[in-house]
Amino acid sequence: MTNLNSKIPQGPVATKWSSYKDHIALVNPSNKRKLDIIVVGTGLAGASAAASLGALGFKVKAFCYQDSPRRAHSIAAQGGINASKNYQNDGDSVYRLFYDTIKGGDYRAREGNVYRLAEVSGNIIDQSVALGVPFAREYGGLLDNRSFGGAQVSRTFYARGQTGQQLLLGAYSALSRQVSLGNVESFTRHEMLELVLIDGRARGIIARNLVTGETERHSAHAVVLATGGYGNVFFLSTNAMGSNTTALWKAYKKGAFFANPCFTQIHPTCIPVHGEFQSKLTLMSESLRNDGRIWVPKRKEDVDALRKNKMKPKDIAEENRDYYLERRYPAFGNLVPRDVASRAAKERCDAGFGVGETGLAVYLDFAESIKRLGRNVIEERYGNLFQMYQKIVDENPYENPMMIYPAVHYTMGGLWVDYELMSTVSGLFVAGEANFSDHGANRLGASALMQGLADGYFVLPYTIQNYLADQINVPRFSTDLPEFAEAEKQVKANISKLFDIKGTKPVDYFHRQLGKIMWEYVGMARNKAGLEKAIQLIREVKAAFWKDVKITGENNEVNPELEKAGRVADFIELGELLAMDALNREESCGGHFREEYQTPEGEALRNDDEFMYVAAWEFQGEGKEPKLNKEPLEYEAIEVKQRNYK
Amino acid sequence: MDFTLKIWRQKNAKAKGKFVTYKVKGISDSSSFLEMLDVFNDQQVTKGEDPVVFDHDCREGICGACSLYINGRPHGPDDSVTTCQLHMRRFKDGDTIVIEPWRSAAFPVIRDLMIDRQAFDKIIQAGGFISVNTGGIPDANAILIPKQNADASMDAAACIGCGACVAACKNASAMLFVAAKVSHLALLPQGRAEASARVQAMVAKMDELGFGNCTNTGACEAECPKDISIENIARMNREFLGAKIGSQKKTVKAGGF
Ligand SMILES: Cc1cc2nc3c(=O)[nH]c(=O)nc-3n(C[C@H](O)[C@H](O)[C@H](O)COP(=O)(O)OP(=O)(O)OC[C@H]3O[C@@H](n4cnc5c(N)ncnc54)[C@H](O)[C@@H]3O)c2cc1C
Ligand code: FES
Repeated sequence: MTNLNSKIPQGPVATKWSSYKDHIALVNPSNKRKLDIIVVGTGLAGASAAASLGALGFKVKAFCYQDSPRRAHSIAAQGGINASKNYQNDGDSVYRLFYDTIKGGDYRAREGNVYRLAEVSGNIIDQSVALGVPFAREYGGLLDNRSFGGAQVSRTFYARGQTGQQLLLGAYSALSRQVSLGNVESFTRHEMLELVLIDGRARGIIARNLVTGETERHSAHAVVLATGGYGNVFFLSTNAMGSNTTALWKAYKKGAFFANPCFTQIHPTCIPVHGEFQSKLTLMSESLRNDGRIWVPKRKEDVDALRKNKMKPKDIAEENRDYYLERRYPAFGNLVPRDVASRAAKERCDAGFGVGETGLAVYLDFAESIKRLGRNVIEERYGNLFQMYQKIVDENPYENPMMIYPAVHYTMGGLWVDYELMSTVSGLFVAGEANFSDHGANRLGASALMQGLADGYFVLPYTIQNYLADQINVPRFSTDLPEFAEAEKQVKANISKLFDIKGTKPVDYFHRQLGKIMWEYVGMARNKAGLEKAIQLIREVKAAFWKDVKITGENNEVNPELEKAGRVADFIELGELLAMDALNREESCGGHFREEYQTPEGEALRNDDEFMYVAAWEFQGEGKEPKLNKEPLEYEAIEVKQRNYK
Repeated sequence: MDFTLKIWRQKNAKAKGKFVTYKVKGISDSSSFLEMLDVFNDQQVTKGEDPVVFDHDCREGICGACSLYINGRPHGPDDSVTTCQLHMRRFKDGDTIVIEPWRSAAFPVIRDLMIDRQAFDKIIQAGGFISVNTGGIPDANAILIPKQNADASMDAAACIGCGACVAACKNASAMLFVAAKVSHLALLPQGRAEASARVQAMVAKMDELGFGNCTNTGACEAECPKDISIENIARMNREFLGAKIGSQKKTVKAGGF
């Protein structure tokens, strides 16, 4: 049953995608109208996919849990989007973006997919500009670029500090146009709670209408999941409050393999945690590292004085500051990849040099750039971020350095997909952050927006067509089929089961507990004993949840507590799988750092001989250990090396 | 900090709503307004009572999901922030805080503080786009866009679609929202081709959906969390008049496909 054929086209890496496109089967326009596609999620990946598939003539249904497609979590992305346009004439190319992405991912991503990503990256910028995305411009009217972590060229396009917002509004406008043309039907405030299979193929979903509480059956010839990442398994993360893993988890239980769940990204520049009541963490875009310098005091006495408020950071003399990234990584300095920057911050704080009330913070200092460029330039570049910081922390970052600390931000893992972005369930496609495909063990900044839009605008329109080409005679599916009835019954039973617990504690209580375990034992640094303990503790949380959670209200009404309960139940199970995956991977790579496996300088130490594979977990039934399947990774175009940012 | 909360409670769209007074205790001054409501809801659930329902998601002022009329102002007492960015240090210990949903015929209440803003999606569907399909697009740098145009377009495009402008307006007009989208696209060369059809279609849809007229009170601009300027309304009026004179009959819809 195990089928891990990645379907990478033959031939040199640079021609794989064009040769794929040249040979796929197509569906003619009149037949497209007879084929239905469900797209769950309206973030960059989902909105661009739904709009593009609708424009091709397919009948699309687009789902999101928010009140409008425009509110998907992609809206929050700040810093920018990469593309290998080489507009700056600084040596960029498709190959270099491909190379940087593979290297940044610590040689745990597939060459074929990543090359394609780099290849279509330029088209994304063209498409977005045509849709009216107001990217930053130079005075001459050409597009402006900035540089981002893990790269030595300036290939990042941006729209102030609101790049995700502008890209999403572009995709949303294209989606809205397809809605007005009747090609896409939009279902907002709907949550997918089950995947429906007919004869082993994905043919529909069960969704709960979040306003009325009704469960609805929706059928289609193919289903796309573009439901985003699962960072909220850590409770506190930079993700939106509603970001969840439910759609992925239901699909996993229906046979879609979950790949590399332990590859999670901890972002180095977030506002530090400040209290028990806190509901989420706020990211300060990585673009700040372009002009901000990261440091902590060199001397313990200065740390003490700062904590006791006897001293201000600007009182610390230059020679008593430790610009530890510039010190450790002279070639990349403050622009090392995220995983490296995060661990370096943790290392300094663990060694007792952290600042702020809790000692879990480092400085991100703009004094020098403000002196060099002027306050107005810094304000133009990062004004909204500075304002956001000031609102939250109540301190003026133009005058005092920002305090930052790493936080959970992105999940490289996700459902396993082949080159066509199809999961191990036939007809179930997965796009954007929800799939595992392109970032290996660590994602470079500004590459998630690129990947989401690549998947939606430029990959799925080809690959889904190839899948559907032999199904033009398959009539629309009736939702009266027993498969739909059975799936709906399951969903309803699960909801009743949650209500019937009638325990004593709110859902958030359990989510917080899970988050604490995940952060402590499965966070920035992991080890065997800790992971084993985490698995044990997560099982205890699961048992306690199903015994003691309390959900008020009823099913047939707006009920956010019920929504959260369903999501947290799935997060708990995913948390266990994540820890198991981390335990299995006895090496350090990218965002996955096992303390047992490091170089004498404290850098991640890969074990290519044994772990150069994608770990794809297969559900075996409730209460049973999942099965590990391995997809070996092969590198032909790139020589595998130890990552070095010195 | 301790507060008295007067919250609008309404079981569903059809039910009659009313204010209910509650106490909430032990709130940290660095917590956000929505985190204060989280603590309140935790209390409610623990007591076995219905938590108050409100929309929210990103909690960093960008998704536009959060709303709330707080002490008579959309998004509360601070300028240029959304409710999720409002912090309790802004209030005094012991304050009474009145919390209501947006009030507008075009935004019916769904439950408690949660409202239905689908009307905004419908206005965008009527023409808030540039009619291009995916692919076959010339190089992005083939169109030169003067920096000041791109910047002005970006200023308008920063709208988060929260609806505070409608909530602030005594006529419940959606002019600022519509004007922001019209300006964003009209200021860019690639948006010019359909500019006149777009403005007509969007304005017609806005009227049809029951939003009120604009009488230039400026309340929308004052309450906009993203500081969208009412200059956009003037620009839209010019576009609209120009469009009428030019009387381009074709609708945007017909321009697609
Ligand atoms: C604060 C922040 C800043 C970032 N900045 C950058 C950046 O500068 N550059 C960059 O490249 N990347 C950035 N990222 C990462 C990037 O934004 C995301 O990875 C990307 O936007 C994800 O897009 P997506 O389309 O896959 O999913 P999302 O945008 O998360 O969309 C998920 C969609 O799925 C829907 N959904 C989820 N579950 C269900 C369900 N069960 N039923 C129905 N619908 C469901 C949601 O309603 C939503 O529409 C940032 C991320 C964060 C958190
Ligand atoms: S919750 Fe997103 S803007 Fe407030």
